[in-house]
Amino acid sequence: MDASAGLLINAVVSGLLLGGFYAAVSIGVAISFGMLDIVNIAHPAFILLGCYVAFIGNTVFGIDPILATVITLPAFYVLGMLAYQVYYVAFERRDDQSLRGLSFFFGILFIAEVGLGLVFGVDYRSVQAWYTEGNLNLGVVDLPWRLLVPFLVGMVMVAALQVFLSRTFIGRAIQAVAQDQQALRLMAANPARIKRIAFGLSFATAALAGAAMIIIQPVEPSIGREYIGRIFAICVLGGLGSFPGMVIAAVTLGIVESLTSTFFGPSWAPAVAFGVLLLTLAVRPSGILGR
Amino acid sequence: MASLVAKDAGKAAAQPGLGNVAFIAALIVAAVAIFGVTRSIGNSYAFFAAYVVVQYIVLGTAWNILGGYTGYVNFGITAFFAIGAYSSVVLYKLAPWLPLPVMVAVGGVFAALVGLGTGYLTLRLRGVFFSIATLALAVVVQTLITNWDFVGGARGAYVLRPRLAPLIGGDYIQYLYLLMLGLGVIVLATARAIERSALGYGFAAIRDDEAAAEASGVPTLRLKLIATALSGGFMGMAGAPLPYYVTYLDPSSGFSLNYAVNAIAMPLIGGTSNWVGPIIGAVVVGGLQQYISVTISSAINVLITGLLLVIFVILAPQGIVGLFLRKKR
Repeated sequence: MDASAGLLINAVVSGLLLGGFYAAVSIGVAISFGMLDIVNIAHPAFILLGCYVAFIGNTVFGIDPILATVITLPAFYVLGMLAYQVYYVAFERRDDQSLRGLSFFFGILFIAEVGLGLVFGVDYRSVQAWYTEGNLNLGVVDLPWRLLVPFLVGMVMVAALQVFLSRTFIGRAIQAVAQDQQALRLMAANPARIKRIAFGLSFATAALAGAAMIIIQPVEPSIGREYIGRIFAICVLGGLGSFPGMVIAAVTLGIVESLTSTFFGPSWAPAVAFGVLLLTLAVRPSGILGR
Repeated sequence: MASLVAKDAGKAAAQPGLGNVAFIAALIVAAVAIFGVTRSIGNSYAFFAAYVVVQYIVLGTAWNILGGYTGYVNFGITAFFAIGAYSSVVLYKLAPWLPLPVMVAVGGVFAALVGLGTGYLTLRLRGVFFSIATLALAVVVQTLITNWDFVGGARGAYVLRPRLAPLIGGDYIQYLYLLMLGLGVIVLATARAIERSALGYGFAAIRDDEAAAEASGVPTLRLKLIATALSGGFMGMAGAPLPYYVTYLDPSSGFSLNYAVNAIAMPLIGGTSNWVGPIIGAVVVGGLQQYISVTISSAINVLITGLLLVIFVILAPQGIVGLFLRKKR
């Protein structure tokens, strides 16, 4: 009894930490899908790119994996702006987002996965840093640094972006795009320009999320696919466009998955996100904090 | 060999008055002719290669019934395909004496039911939610199969292929190939019949403006469910002979992303507006892949498919068919 209570507490705590990490991988989609209405299913592929940036920075140059991705943030930002420009010219302006726009991102996802596989091979890669081993002991529970650091990365990203979106001029402009593009056009502002900035930001989050991912688990090119279901389950459950909702959803999914793998075995965990997603779509498609 | 499909198909398309029965007869003649040509090459590699191309004609056309006609994107091709494949594995373990066409029908029914269920839960919402749900469906079906020991779990399952083909004699692969050609006839005849029926006009109305269609009395949800079930069912049927084709099936090969990418890329490259597009896409891209995997490497060939998909959706949204139609005008 006592042992299983300890198991339960540990599962909940590690689920909570996992949830913070899930917030880090989902926040990019919360921006692109939730606010800009661009269904970027290729987002996990760019998170993986972030993983490999952290891997190269760590193994080749011997620097901290998180620092390595921070250095490349501007590159990811520019890549995101470029991707949006292509998407805008080829699909948004033609009003062909649903069939070909989605297939476009699917193709990008596939190209990125195969390309990373060709460059780095299909072996699992991991990084070394002071926090990849050891625990922070808090008496009842052990907090592995390996989970705690990605959790903190996720929380810092959410907080920073929330402040940016609500306090700065550009941030408010992005929120205005999310609310009413037509009105923005009437104010003589160009929604495409603002969306380009926001999409760049969404890509930049993928770099940091990649560092968090490779700290939490060893990475190989095809694991991005597992995250598609998770990320979209979190964004839909949280209510599109709401950061607090997304964090609640991420933590919920983290805890449910952690309990599932503790009590039913880790091979069942990937199915949890799908259950959550289907249930949300069937019962409350607007999400817990949706408009 | 397989390019004959496109040629004969082109002939049929040139006569818009051809009725459904006559069209089916033409398809059967074409299929028999293609089988004869493949057999005359007289080496079993030709059958293995041609089987893959015909399988992609079936998969691509099945995807197009939902994707091209109604505009709803299904990313969960591997889920439906693998449901068909694994239902054959189950039947092989329970009742190995069942003829393969029965297994194909059973696989199709299971896949269609899964399509109906997923569609019923998500098709009332915006299209993207259905697409996301199908992406997640592929992961969850893979998880279920990986955890299901009866069908081999993560270790995979072996299926003994009979040495000789029933009815027609020769190597068993010839039988599999003939079966897949038969499926091709069925799926193409269905796709073309849909295009020319009230059902097809309903699908097109949904694709062009769903709200307007709903407002003018088109039963959109019911039509979308029909399309999803048909499309999913045909994908399952295409997957059902797979265990006999590969003889060893494990989750990572049965759920390979290549199937999904090919089934989406081929109709989009060929053209999504009618039944000819997926054939052209499958023959061109499938043929190219067979060529590249023999001459260069199979890792490069899947990369090229992805690149072609992205290039075509950006630069030639109407596909190869669209390029020719534009030239004609």
